[in-house]
Amino acid sequence: MSVKHGILALLRERPGYGYQLRAAFEETTGSTWPVNIGQVYTTLGRLERDGLVAKTGEDPEGHVVYEITSSGVAELDDWFARPVTPGDRPRDELAMKLALAVTVPGVDVPAIVQVQRTHAQAVLQDLTRRKLRTTGPHLAWSLVLEAQIFQAEAEIRWLDHVEGQVCRRNG
Amino acid sequence: MSQEWVGPVVSLRDLTRVHGSGEAEVRALVGVSLDVSAGELVAVMGPSGSGKTTLLSLAGGLDSPTAGNVVVEGVHLSGLSKRQLAKLRRVRIGYVFQDYNLIPALTAAENVALPLELDGVRAGKARRLAETALAEVGLDGLGGRFPDEMSGGQRQRTAIARALIGDRRLVLADEPTGALDSQTSEAVLRVLRQRCDDGAAGILVTHEPRYAAYADRTIFLRDGRIVDSTGQPTSAVIATSVGTDVAEAAR
Repeated sequence: MSVKHGILALLRERPGYGYQLRAAFEETTGSTWPVNIGQVYTTLGRLERDGLVAKTGEDPEGHVVYEITSSGVAELDDWFARPVTPGDRPRDELAMKLALAVTVPGVDVPAIVQVQRTHAQAVLQDLTRRKLRTTGPHLAWSLVLEAQIFQAEAEIRWLDHVEGQVCRRNG
Repeated sequence: MSQEWVGPVVSLRDLTRVHGSGEAEVRALVGVSLDVSAGELVAVMGPSGSGKTTLLSLAGGLDSPTAGNVVVEGVHLSGLSKRQLAKLRRVRIGYVFQDYNLIPALTAAENVALPLELDGVRAGKARRLAETALAEVGLDGLGGRFPDEMSGGQRQRTAIARALIGDRRLVLADEPTGALDSQTSEAVLRVLRQRCDDGAAGILVTHEPRYAAYADRTIFLRDGRIVDSTGQPTSAVIATSVGTDVAEAAR
């Protein structure tokens, strides 16, 4: 997901200005994805240029308020309807690192696996602590948190699998 | 005594456990040290045969180390007679197992009150304490149910209440979620976490990263040794020890 679609989704709910959108964005993602205000303004500028949002004027405090246009709504609906494909995600650096580790002679692969496993478990611990602190119904938040928990868990399982394969090869 | 004791609730010092001898020698645990303080939950992970259950048995005085010491609230287990050890186990240490180990002919409250009654606490008082302990694990009002009238999650929460009844501050849990679905498991872990936040010390053996994550730290065992832990990075140690173990395994 890009900041672009995040802003479109928030404006679909109601018109808003930069700081408001940034706060809403972070609240929705449980502060797991911090964005700076510069990113928000740059993105709003591009969205306006492309006709996906439009300025509605200023509110009494002088904030420039934006609303979503009909093209913006169409773009957002299209985005929701499309599956997320591998191209939308960054390269899997960990998989590449381990692929290289088993290729380069003399690299202690199990040690790399354990360092990564400990790190992933620490991340999982941190996420679980945040989950336990969450009170009340924050559906959007907890979905993001759970996604990260599943990812950390999957990473650890995959590391177990890699370790098994490496041990079998060496054994 | 448990009230004044301020050191670790359990301290494992350089524990080694060897089974058999000569050709058939198996080193289940090698030089393992671990302190768990009040308020702390420590998870133990590792492949099967890595020494997780041995560690738990030694910590609970169910087995004796070949070398090293187990100290529970300041008491060295090796200095105790069989009788003293049995008493310490009964009075200071609680166990939670995968299969709950509740007595089917007793109600939940009677199961929880049993360790106190064995210690000579009057039945009425033991019963009241049991009801309070059940309320603390979210089973308020279910004290009259028999184990077969309860769900798996309720049974395991009863087991946690029993493990920490009275002065017990050490709970040793061996795959407590093994027989439960994921939602129930999370509920059981929340209870265990809460009891530790309230001042108990816990060791949790699990193979599920998601459940180990409820702990304050996780230690990783491999071939009887601690190879790493979250919270206390020991990367330098791991690099050599894991490397050696794999090299040994390859031979």
